[in-house]
Amino acid sequence: MEALLTRYRNLTVLLIAFFAQLVLIAFQVRTGKDVPLLRVWAITAVTPVEQALEFVRRNTIGVAENYFLLVGVRSENERLQKEVGQLKLKNHYLQTQLSTADRARALGVFQAQSPSKMLPARIIGTGTGTNSQVVFIDRGSGSEVEAGMAVITPDGIVGKVIDAYPTASLVMLVTDPSFAAGVISQKNHTRGTLKGQGQPQAIVDYVQNEQKVDPGEMFFTSGDDRIFPKGFPVGEAAVVKSGKIFKQIYIVPSAFQTGLEEVLVVLEGVHQPIPEMETPSAAMKMLPPPPDAAATAGQANAGISALSTDADRLKAEYKQLGETQKHVYGDGNTRAPDLTKIGQPPKPEVPAAATPAGPTATSLQPKSATNDANAGTTTPPKPNPLGAGAAATSPGQNPKPSATAAGLTPQVPKPKPVTGDATAASPGQKTKPPATDAGLTPQAPKPKPVTSDATAASPVQKPKPPATDAGLTPQALKPKPVTGDATAASPVQKPKPLATDAGLTPQAPKPKPANPDAATTLAKPKLRGPLLVTDPADANPELAAPANPPKPKQQNQ
Amino acid sequence: MSEYSERLLVDAPRKNKTQRLRLIWLVLIPLVAILFQVYVSRFFHRLSYLELPLLITVHFALSERRPIPALAYGAVIGMIQDSLTNQPIGVFGIAKTLVGYFAASVSLRFDVENPVVTFILTFFFYFFHEFLHWVEVRALLGHPLSFDPQQTLLFGLLNATVSVPLYLVLDKLKVAA
Repeated sequence: MEALLTRYRNLTVLLIAFFAQLVLIAFQVRTGKDVPLLRVWAITAVTPVEQALEFVRRNTIGVAENYFLLVGVRSENERLQKEVGQLKLKNHYLQTQLSTADRARALGVFQAQSPSKMLPARIIGTGTGTNSQVVFIDRGSGSEVEAGMAVITPDGIVGKVIDAYPTASLVMLVTDPSFAAGVISQKNHTRGTLKGQGQPQAIVDYVQNEQKVDPGEMFFTSGDDRIFPKGFPVGEAAVVKSGKIFKQIYIVPSAFQTGLEEVLVVLEGVHQPIPEMETPSAAMKMLPPPPDAAATAGQANAGISALSTDADRLKAEYKQLGETQKHVYGDGNTRAPDLTKIGQPPKPEVPAAATPAGPTATSLQPKSATNDANAGTTTPPKPNPLGAGAAATSPGQNPKPSATAAGLTPQVPKPKPVTGDATAASPGQKTKPPATDAGLTPQAPKPKPVTSDATAASPVQKPKPPATDAGLTPQALKPKPVTGDATAASPVQKPKPLATDAGLTPQAPKPKPANPDAATTLAKPKLRGPLLVTDPADANPELAAPANPPKPKQQNQ
Repeated sequence: MSEYSERLLVDAPRKNKTQRLRLIWLVLIPLVAILFQVYVSRFFHRLSYLELPLLITVHFALSERRPIPALAYGAVIGMIQDSLTNQPIGVFGIAKTLVGYFAASVSLRFDVENPVVTFILTFFFYFFHEFLHWVEVRALLGHPLSFDPQQTLLFGLLNATVSVPLYLVLDKLKVAA
């Protein structure tokens, strides 16, 4: 055995070493424990040297490395600065290209959407002189550009072509002192003349001090100058001041705010409507329009919209009357129309008991005076007192809008046939409508303007419009027709609308035209500006002094 | 017939010489080799594939031509390597123990002063060391260590190439016994 170990000593030692380490590994793996002694020795032997090496490296190689790095920093800095400069130039170039592409795309979109025929052009130069307000564009007579054509951008008008050469055109900018164009404001539709001042701002001249222009209001071309089609933006009113005669309105041309490079020459302009004002607060919830307003707007009334003037309504009524009676105005061969029928329904043959009083049975019928005290109740339909049979018995009592205590919009009042007692009790009295508890505003009777043809035949009363707290304009109603008897007893009764708190506007009765007998006692209409209004109080001072207005309950009695 | 009777390269010039490294070098050289592996690899990651402790073990075994000191030397270097890793102590120890033993064993049959022979032997022992290490890790520790023969051969060539000049330098440190 000993000889065997001696002979294979190396192999034996190898096996011992191998199995010893094998057992050591097995021990560590099985127990999960380490051999801290060997590891501590190894780490203690290695790490100090490692720390020393790191210290040496940090203080030698590291310093040298930092030094060489700093030496290289200068050249690297110069290289980077040069690179940054090149990148800035490249970035600027690319941004310019992008901006040009955006503008070209915007021009293309605008050109495609606009009904006007336009020609894109590029500004290639300006006129000589420091105060030059002209530019050259790269389109000339060879491109069908002619002098007098408008030059615009999607942002606003630029100027007009004053000379067209074969390859270029000379454009006078809106800032040129000799430039002028017709403009109109967006909100108040105030017309004026845009004039250049040789400065960045232009002025809108010939706007009366009485006319309203708000600062910041947008101006558009009005098309009056026959150069710029209507509807192109011009600029916002920067300064609005009152002058001696005209307002001083300075606007900043909106086309110049973003710089001019590409423009559009309007070859064939098409007028466009002035865009509507944007809603101040789109997020604000708004109720739908009341049905009465829609009915009022929708009522035929000779096709006149609710926003038309009294003159328009009157014209439409006369037109309707002429059509009904087959009368041609201006034709002396036809019979004169019966102007007392103005405001009556086209077919008065309907029995009086079943015919509502107003033009429409749902909107313009005054409420019965007997129901004034009946809060929250509606008046059942009443027979039309203005019919053929009722005319003789009508004493001419003006209808009164009823008072409602429930806060609801009063139903369309029906004209109640006024009894003889009521007429006798209050001849010539101006009935005063009761105040509504709910703050509803009745619609004022519509005055009947009288044109030259109808002045002698049917002067009408002018009812006063109701005073509304909310500032809503009451519906104009026609005055109630006054019969001969009523006229004799009380030539004019002026119905007063209700003063309401809520500003709602119930329909009020439409006065009927008086018959020829009473015509001479009625007031003449008064012309105020564009609107024709009639105010009997103005025409006849006697009518302005109301007699004791009957109370509703008294009328019932 | 003795253990070393069958020699492939007889009459080696070192056979009759007794040149050995001093003790200080025997301590410092493995320490430097291990430091190189754990420190320089921080800055030069590609040099982490240079197995200097293995080369030192092979060189010592080929120089000593005595299996027992060679395996002991390899076992110590291997266990120091294990101490600086997170694996159990003995994995590199067993591998380098066997490498030292077999390197010392074959040194009796080859002329290990021939650079070509040392190159081939180093390449072989590197591959053997890596393969043995892979077997140990998978068999003893159960870790899923991958073994890429091509990469191992490539790194074997790299280590063998480095070993040739390294052995010449180390031979200069030897002194006559």
